[in-house]
Amino acid sequence: MAKKSAKDRMSNEINAGSMADIAFLLLIFFLVTTTIVEDKGILVRLPPWSEEPPETLKFKTRNVYSILVNANNDLLVRGEPKRITELREGIKEFIMNPQRREDLAESTTDAIVSLKNDRATKYGTYLEVYNEVMAAYNELRDEQANKKFRKDYQYLTQEQKKEINAIIPLKLSEAEPTEFGQE
Amino acid sequence: MSKFNKKRGKSKPEVSTASLPDIIFMLLFFFMVTTVLRDASLKVQNSTPQATELTKLEKKSLVNYLYIGAPKEEFKAEAGTKPRLQLGDKFASTADIPLFLENHRVKIDERQRGLITSSLRVDRNVTMGIVSDVKTALRKSNQLKVNYSAKKKAE
Repeated sequence: MAKKSAKDRMSNEINAGSMADIAFLLLIFFLVTTTIVEDKGILVRLPPWSEEPPETLKFKTRNVYSILVNANNDLLVRGEPKRITELREGIKEFIMNPQRREDLAESTTDAIVSLKNDRATKYGTYLEVYNEVMAAYNELRDEQANKKFRKDYQYLTQEQKKEINAIIPLKLSEAEPTEFGQE
Repeated sequence: MSKFNKKRGKSKPEVSTASLPDIIFMLLFFFMVTTVLRDASLKVQNSTPQATELTKLEKKSLVNYLYIGAPKEEFKAEAGTKPRLQLGDKFASTADIPLFLENHRVKIDERQRGLITSSLRVDRNVTMGIVSDVKTALRKSNQLKVNYSAKKKAE
């Protein structure tokens, strides 16, 4: 008996049976503490603030695509009521003006999208409209990038992106909100 | 001397590992209780709208968060029912925004200060009034990079 125990002592090993448990616990710990926050959103660059009232610029009516959102979340696009789902195609046609129509933008660089909402407009609606405008621009840039470089816009180099941006500049003007609705 | 030798030969030097799981469990519970999750205490309702044209925010240290929404049930007595702005973990007004931004800005390396983004986490049912006020305050304190937080919409 004594002989055997001496032999056991020689081949001493750390008990690895509980390693699995330890690993599992670590795993659970990290699973619990890690917050998976969807840090995604629409990136916007606000215009700088200036105390003086902005100078009034005159644009030709055909170059401005005005979108008004009222307190009931209804859209008025260039004087006509429209649904949000029709917005994207409308903007794309307005910017590109494929049929050279008299009432749409003269050129892609002249096109301006103007967005105005009420203080009582729902934020969800506002962002939906904003999203559609961005989507229209992104789709046009994608088309342009495919035509020029045979690649999607996101795979272009910085210089190529700049080139596309010069062809289709994002001109989105946001007016001060109106105060008609009840907040 | 001979007495000691005899004893060493007899005993098995193994430590019992039966209690190891319990010890680890205790550690786990300790950490679970003491770890404070980042901005765990949202005091306003905050379900962001859905959108498709999303950009991912890369560096989390360069982002500050502004929450806007109606106060949750338990804070209605304190803060009212109208949509409120939450900075850090307390209710705030738009007048507190410059200080909040400055507090965040001083922690950032000077070369990276131009990259600071404000993440606006706005509840979808909020009206635009308060959002416009916050935007104006951000513009006044020259914080122009803004991210309207949104969820991915399945197309």
